[in-house]
Amino acid sequence: MATLESFSCPLPKLYYDTVQLAHGSGGKLSAELIEAIFLPCFGNDTLNQLEDQATFAVPKGRMAFSTDTFVVNPIFFSGGNIGDLAVNGTVNDVAMSGATPKFLSIGFVLEEGLPIEELRQIVESIRYSAQQAGVNIVTGDTKVVEKGSCDKVFINTSGIGFIPPEINFGIAQIRPGDKIILSGSIADHGMAILTKRKGLSFQSGIKSDTAALNGLIATMMESEGTIHALRDPTRGGVATTLNEFAGQSGLGIRLQQETIPVNDAVRGACEILGIDPLYVANEGKLIAAVSEEHAELVLEAMRKHPLGTQAAIIGEVTNDHPKKVVMENAYGTERIIDMPIGEQLPRIC
Amino acid sequence: MKYIDEFRNPQAVKALVHEIKSISTQKWVIMEICGGQTHSIMKNGLHQLLDGVVELVHGPGCPVCVTPLELIDQAVEIASLPNVIFTSFGDMLRVPGSSKNLLEARSEGADVRMVYSPLEALKLAREHLDKEVVFFAVGFETTAPGNAMAIAQAKKEGLTNFSELISHVLVPPAMTALLSSETNRVQAYLAAGHVCAVMGWEEYEPIAAQFRVPIVVTGFEPLDLLKGILMTVQQLESGKHVVENAYPRAVARKGNQQAKALLQSVFQTIDRKWRGIGIIPQSGWALTPEFAAFDATLKFETGHIKTQEPKECISGEILQGIKKPNQCPAFGTLCTPEHPLGATMVSGEGACSAYFRYHKEV
Amino acid sequence: MCLAIPGKIVKIYTENGLRMGHVNYSGTISEACLEYVPEADMESYVIVHAGFAISVLDEEQARQSLETWDEVTDHLKKQGYTVENAPLTDKTKKD
Repeated sequence: MATLESFSCPLPKLYYDTVQLAHGSGGKLSAELIEAIFLPCFGNDTLNQLEDQATFAVPKGRMAFSTDTFVVNPIFFSGGNIGDLAVNGTVNDVAMSGATPKFLSIGFVLEEGLPIEELRQIVESIRYSAQQAGVNIVTGDTKVVEKGSCDKVFINTSGIGFIPPEINFGIAQIRPGDKIILSGSIADHGMAILTKRKGLSFQSGIKSDTAALNGLIATMMESEGTIHALRDPTRGGVATTLNEFAGQSGLGIRLQQETIPVNDAVRGACEILGIDPLYVANEGKLIAAVSEEHAELVLEAMRKHPLGTQAAIIGEVTNDHPKKVVMENAYGTERIIDMPIGEQLPRIC
Repeated sequence: MKYIDEFRNPQAVKALVHEIKSISTQKWVIMEICGGQTHSIMKNGLHQLLDGVVELVHGPGCPVCVTPLELIDQAVEIASLPNVIFTSFGDMLRVPGSSKNLLEARSEGADVRMVYSPLEALKLAREHLDKEVVFFAVGFETTAPGNAMAIAQAKKEGLTNFSELISHVLVPPAMTALLSSETNRVQAYLAAGHVCAVMGWEEYEPIAAQFRVPIVVTGFEPLDLLKGILMTVQQLESGKHVVENAYPRAVARKGNQQAKALLQSVFQTIDRKWRGIGIIPQSGWALTPEFAAFDATLKFETGHIKTQEPKECISGEILQGIKKPNQCPAFGTLCTPEHPLGATMVSGEGACSAYFRYHKEV
Repeated sequence: MCLAIPGKIVKIYTENGLRMGHVNYSGTISEACLEYVPEADMESYVIVHAGFAISVLDEEQARQSLETWDEVTDHLKKQGYTVENAPLTDKTKKD
């Protein structure tokens, strides 16, 4: 695979070292920012036209459209930065419908004083992630706000993808007996962020799992197993996504605790901070409800993909305990996995 | 993880449960004092495994739960002052005060920061000499050595902009108070392993003798808990009532001598109010006069703030083991983790929250 | 109360006059104050609560506890129960 360095953009130098209010004014400095930072990285035939809108041809059939706004502190963390998240998050939301993501819009809110160098790095990550995911950034916008009005940088992305004929994923398709497949270890992203947060003196080898999952999904679809529903367990973690599956389908979900992969360092951090990894955010994982007879087929295909090597069947859909997620542990006891109340806070007791 | 996974081994858990069942001739009522143990019991479903053999009653061992409402109100008051950085463990941020919690105070402009160690609060004091840095020092004997060290260190470094809002409570007086209650049902105690890691277990011996109850120092992993329960049931079945240690890898008879020495110089024993229970004599720690300059209550003159607790909340009876959370009329209706009435619903290890999350009917 | 888990000391140093250390919990390393465990050395397992090591884990006692449980499971096996686990005490030696 190509490395980040080999794709570096030939960026011209800007006059200022930090973002100025005038960079969002629509005037000369705005144009300079676009030409120096954005165009060299994102440039493609559509964007280069610099129209007020992107225009493109559409194939027949259904499209998927999704939007997400990214705020994260710190903006740089182990395994990525806010730019990677902004691309991968929206690509994944589009791809969970079975669509092939094609186009992204990107909107920046920059805080006055943000070092241009940091912006460059973020933009470079956006370019790299978009390229990896096979999507084009076709329209964008930048605003600058006064210092203190936002936290360094906020990014909104929207994405459009085209859904192949015959594909109709959705929670409504989930059936009793379906197997629940998880594509890999949980809680990596959330714990990478938490252990980097100021005030918590941790050094961890934990890396965010941020990744575009459309390639993995394509592999799953090629296996010809019947996929009923796909979701990416981001905020609120696996517990939240499975509660959405159960709540919206009216069916129950039964999990086996020991089948859920958690990396060692993540477990360590969760143990120290008293945090349940089931409720921690992921940015490069998916959960699939797959028909019982095809589960092994889909699982096998997933495991051959670099983003699915740790994929596992973690449970099944049942008519018992409707709308509830119940987890069995190795002791043969069970507990309800509820929706989380709020953000999990580290605890000492 | 070494020294954790072995103590969660499923087959050994089954074997120990079998052992407990085979020696029990009646259903015993055992209280685990510590909220961390309650959490582990509920999360692992140990109460399900022991159903019919042992009734586990959840004790008042959660500092979040027993910190009185007026201390939260004082915390919010201090945090809302200009020029104050208010620091706290994550646990206390969501505990409801009478009008708001610390997170709400933050949303209104207070500088409230979460720390993992009191030394991180001290570091903030070093970095912000122009500001007052206050640390919310809650906890039992386990947390006290760290909070004491931060004070001693602040004094040594001459950091006069550091202080602690102290709500330290002690386990043995609470155990005595519970056993002295007319409504007491508890026949034996699992003593809190990490409290004992600091304090040792000698102070429990008079309690075991006076009230004729077995007390077993117990750890937190499933096998530790079951071993503690097994040793307790063995005592109950044979009519013994002594203090035993089921957590010898972490706890020594005399506890941690260095920690105890510093605790003695920084803290003095006082009467403390427990949320839901009321005042228990000699059940808490406050700073000795030598360290009074680091007492946030004196520094910010918040001692006058006194608060009544909501009437609907029966957390007092729950903390005393008289009632189970699901026997409360407000449980799951008026009082949920999203809108808690009492602290036992706020804390992850509070009995009500643990019930709400793990024990709702499957 | 009192969340505390064992981790291994991987670094010892002095900061602001306090004995401090880095403690490794299977890959996540966090700072802990070691003032209360003067006997702890590199490689010692300590039990850490809120950034303070409060106890040095007694490895011999840990091994003995695991042995006792092995005896319990052996005892059950002799009584004809199916107990599938490998002895706990072997497992600890691997690390």
